Amino acid sequence: MAYSDKVVDHFNNPRNMGSFKKEEEGVGTGMVGAPECGDVMKLQIKVQNDTIVDAKFKTFGCGSAIASSSLATEWLKGKTIEEAQKIKNTDIVQELNLPPVKIHCSVLAEDAIKAALADYQKKADGALAEAK
Amino acid sequence: MKLPIFLDNHSTTPMDPRVLDTMLPYFVEKFGNAASRNHAFGWAAEEAVEIARKQIAKLIKADSKEIVFTSGATESDNLAIKGVLDMYKEKGDHIITSSTEHRAVLDTVKSLEGRGKAAATYLPVDKFGMVNPEDVRKAITEKTILISIMLANNEIGTINPVKEIGKIAKEKGILFHCDATQGVGKVPVDVQDMGIDLMSFSAHKMYGPKGVGALYVRKKNPRVRIVAQIDGGGHERGMRSGTLPVPLIVGFGKACELCEQEMAKDAARLTAMRDRLEASIMKALEESYLNGHPTNRLPGNLNISFAYVEGESLLMGMKDIALSSGSACTSATLEPSYVLRALGVGTELAHSSIRFGLGRFNQDDEIDYTIKKVIEIVTKLREMSPLYEMAKEGVDLKSVQWAAH
Repeated sequence: MAYSDKVVDHFNNPRNMGSFKKEEEGVGTGMVGAPECGDVMKLQIKVQNDTIVDAKFKTFGCGSAIASSSLATEWLKGKTIEEAQKIKNTDIVQELNLPPVKIHCSVLAEDAIKAALADYQKKADGALAEAK
Repeated sequence: MKLPIFLDNHSTTPMDPRVLDTMLPYFVEKFGNAASRNHAFGWAAEEAVEIARKQIAKLIKADSKEIVFTSGATESDNLAIKGVLDMYKEKGDHIITSSTEHRAVLDTVKSLEGRGKAAATYLPVDKFGMVNPEDVRKAITEKTILISIMLANNEIGTINPVKEIGKIAKEKGILFHCDATQGVGKVPVDVQDMGIDLMSFSAHKMYGPKGVGALYVRKKNPRVRIVAQIDGGGHERGMRSGTLPVPLIVGFGKACELCEQEMAKDAARLTAMRDRLEASIMKALEESYLNGHPTNRLPGNLNISFAYVEGESLLMGMKDIALSSGSACTSATLEPSYVLRALGVGTELAHSSIRFGLGRFNQDDEIDYTIKKVIEIVTKLREMSPLYEMAKEGVDLKSVQWAAH
């Protein structure tokens, strides 16, 4: 299978690869997928004043899965929580020119974004409740 | 050293230039139809075919009259299994095969089962991928008419105890078909000693041309009969009609002759190179697991699972080395290798497997380059893997509740 230039670029030069400490303030972590399915994505966001100031990923999976999560971190940076919610897997498919068999990689990336946002929200809500 | 490097010699092999040289006259100059009995063009073609038939038969210790030319091993497997079933259906309809056979065997048997024409037993294999001959014996019923077990596996290279299986088949009076596509030309094959009644093999896996293969059909003790699956002019003693591809057959013959002459030398060289590749990779990369039999496997075969990294991404990171993976992402079915699954390799490790297939034309510097690249990319992708990170943190990955999708 031939990969699009963008997939190859993200694979060879992954953006924002790495991890934040999960407990760190303002960090939301999303982990989706399963090893037996051949892909697991961990996506993390760091939020300050409702804006995602940084994002990081680690991915076990094919080149398209790695590219999808790398692209997701790029897109997340600078977005507000609300804007981040609007990222759709179809946007990723289009940007990376993913073939039909690789669409699940983009779905996984969207799931990872949603999971990271939900985790951040949960932590924020918890902190708020504690403060009260 | 030239890039890309070809290390996928189980899928196909480059043709030996000496094979091409013998083929060339048979395209333009000696173009006759081997079935034309009445003129010099036909005689020249027929003579060439008969020489090739002898070269091929010699390699497997058969008689040249026992070689039936086909388009390749897939057709040979189909002809053997369907041909036997059609011929002996009065006797029974039960076929014994194994779970790690090539798809050409498995899908043929499954298709016959689906159409209600056969019943099949798929024998399990041990953790090295080997069929236990005693399992074959136990699976035999009064209805069994065929045992079809491969010589060497195409993914893990494991060599089956074919001789023992042949003995049991003989003892029970059941025909034994062996898909020897990966083994012929690489390891010694003797259809007499191994008790094989029908055997499939192909030219392009042994440095010959693509598009030609053979089915060995035993002529005596017992005389095996099969029903043709392609009807027409009655070529190949009625077993496979169709004009013989003379240049391909000539090349097939030469390829067999070269394999016979150079097998010992090739095998020793490939084994040494393969062992060096294996040892260097295993030493540098923790949690790398060998798939297949540690010693009893094809000289050029090496199949390793690299925990925490996915196979397709490994291949993508080694674009200038032609390799193959058992990862689902590289197959049309989205399921990881059924062969590795049959050995009891976990799905996640099946996704992480790479097959190295060394061949006659690989050189030491290519192996050096491959060792360096493999270590580099596995290390890089592990850095990128959340699973590796978790394992390093001491998380037991098996205890994690994954959201399977």
